[in-house]
Amino acid sequence: MKRTGAQIIWECLVREGVRTVFGYPGGAILPAYDAMLDYPIRHVLVRHEQGATHMADGFARAGGGVGVVIATSGPGATNLVTGIATAQMDSTTVVCIAGQVPSRLIGYVAFQETDITGITLPITKHNYLVTRVDDIMPAIREALYLAQSGRPGPVLVDITKDAQQASTEWAWDGRPIQLRKQRSRLASIGGSLERAADLVRNARKPVILAGQGVLQSGAYSELRAFAELTDTPVALTLLGLGTFPASHPLNLGMMGMHGEAWVNHAIQEADLLLAFGMRFDDRVTGNTRTYAPQAKKIHIDIDPSEINKNVAADVGIIGDLRETLRDLLEIVERADHAPWLAYISAMKGDTAVRDIQGMPDDGHLYAAHVIHDIWRVTEGRALVVTDVGQHQMWEAQYYRHELPRSLITSGGLGTMGFGLPAAIGAKLAKPDSEVWAIVGDGGFQMTQAELTTAAQEGVKVNVAIINNGYLGMVRQWQEFFYERRYAATPLRSPDFVKIAEAHGLTGLRADKRSQVRDRVQAARDAEGTVVIDFRVEQEDSVYPMVPAGADLHAMIRRPSTSLGAGPQPSVLAETAADLV
Amino acid sequence: MHHTLVALVEDKPGVLNRVASLFRRRAFNIESLSVGRTAEPGVSRMTIVIDSDQASAERVTAYLYKLVNVLQVDDLGAEPGIARDLALVKVAVSNGDRQALLRVVDETRAHIVDSSERTMTVEITGEPPHVDAVIGRLEPLGIVEMVRTGQVAMRRGDPATS
Repeated sequence: MKRTGAQIIWECLVREGVRTVFGYPGGAILPAYDAMLDYPIRHVLVRHEQGATHMADGFARAGGGVGVVIATSGPGATNLVTGIATAQMDSTTVVCIAGQVPSRLIGYVAFQETDITGITLPITKHNYLVTRVDDIMPAIREALYLAQSGRPGPVLVDITKDAQQASTEWAWDGRPIQLRKQRSRLASIGGSLERAADLVRNARKPVILAGQGVLQSGAYSELRAFAELTDTPVALTLLGLGTFPASHPLNLGMMGMHGEAWVNHAIQEADLLLAFGMRFDDRVTGNTRTYAPQAKKIHIDIDPSEINKNVAADVGIIGDLRETLRDLLEIVERADHAPWLAYISAMKGDTAVRDIQGMPDDGHLYAAHVIHDIWRVTEGRALVVTDVGQHQMWEAQYYRHELPRSLITSGGLGTMGFGLPAAIGAKLAKPDSEVWAIVGDGGFQMTQAELTTAAQEGVKVNVAIINNGYLGMVRQWQEFFYERRYAATPLRSPDFVKIAEAHGLTGLRADKRSQVRDRVQAARDAEGTVVIDFRVEQEDSVYPMVPAGADLHAMIRRPSTSLGAGPQPSVLAETAADLV
Repeated sequence: MHHTLVALVEDKPGVLNRVASLFRRRAFNIESLSVGRTAEPGVSRMTIVIDSDQASAERVTAYLYKLVNVLQVDDLGAEPGIARDLALVKVAVSNGDRQALLRVVDETRAHIVDSSERTMTVEITGEPPHVDAVIGRLEPLGIVEMVRTGQVAMRRGDPATS
């Protein structure tokens, strides 16, 4: 049948199951937009293309399938960059389709021309520049395949306007994608599953480190079975939260820079680390030279380049985590690590979380209270999306995630502005879920314009702004490492209640702990998106904290005397030079 | 230490850019890179020489495999079995050193491929150290212009990168 390039884009997307796209029209993508009206596609009109990428990312992470973005050439395409880099760092399935100037104008510095395949080359898993109508179908199909296969990641397809306009005799090719590239021939190292099973058998102080790979391979029940069979406690990365139930007796909680002290101490004292689908990020390891010095390491990852990258593995297994764990489960033996678990349990007495939860209600509102109360009111069953900063770490500490895909957050890139649009995308993927965006006053304002998108699309998300009047995490670093010289971190914000109301949405405010539960419940009961301005203690900090590049066991603890007093700057100033 | 990698890549626009960009963003320095066809249609072969140790070469190999257009990577190590480099060297010649130049060419199995009143152009082919040595002998005569292809390499014997 005769089809234009523009129609072929939608023929492919619809046949591959795409029903929702996030985008913003413009000259070079107009043919595709025109054709869209004839296909069963829900188009979400964003207010900035960055918002579209984060929405698509949130949509994908919530489990909605591939997140698809559509944008025009030039500024439309360059506005995608931050969201693509976010998806790349966190290995999420985002496909961006950009319009490009007509092929005869490429290279002539035409109006709204930009080399977006060149720009996104280092931040995509792969990208395509399509100048011929007959190349559109293979490019779109490969893009969707690549985004989801192996280690997922974002793919961009740049399509010239003339390729969209041209017609061709077209037929759907639904055969499985056959890439010329075969699976890489890199072999696993350090032996095999049997050697891994030997290490497991001989371990007395093992710890599982579970990351987002558990989520992406769907290995929840295998992880749980492995932990229970081998009586091994499970520490989670930020993106791994939810892959192992927080209430499980073997759950340790989050590891790393703002992990609880006992988690990091357990890792440092372990004699075996089982790294399942995680990549030993610097926020997780601290100083790699002093990281878990006595531990043998078993590292399972689908991406061969992760093995031996940051931390040397004694056994490195390349493969899908779920399949690998199934194989491993057949040969590992039941174990009992009661002494080790009791030892870790004893360390839990020394806990910052309990410190803050036991604090007297002195009239002040602390972020921990807000997040703890949101957790209680939502019974831990909300899908929480965060922005980046202090509130993000507090969320990870105080909201206990029982279920996979119940936390969506920008980990690797740490993209402020991610929260609100990603929450909108998540809600569109999971309309029956209760979606909360927990954001800071700084990050919220970066993509605040997407409130309008939520209003126009009739999407309900509950936005909790942890408003401390500072760019809080940067302020915290200035407090600890720069002698409290608060350069450019005090933040004046608009009246967020009025902002919400100006969008035709509900705005609420709380500045006392006694108000929190009511406000949270009111937001749940209200129709449409609700913004709650939580006015929290201004100079509170996230504890514990491993300074960047420091030894994982060298944590800054919450001062016992008063909140916000922080450690003595002189003690910490010498580490400032190494900070990243 | 020099390390030689051979990469078989799809012959598509932008592939060289993808490979070069990978080395740049992972902060590896390329000593030489040569690209050419193979016996298989649609497949090009890159010989990449980098200044790195074995561990770094393994990192690069793993990173190269992440590129969709890279089909296979073979690490030939510090001393590849068969390695060749080609140089064209244009040397200034007055009457006196014309004889000196011809002597160098004769003794080193190089070839004269062009000559004019003031210059002669020499082609040198061989293992990179051989090419280095010949160029070293030509330098005192006055090199006007020079180009090297960069190393191409292959394993000895039956094992093949294909």
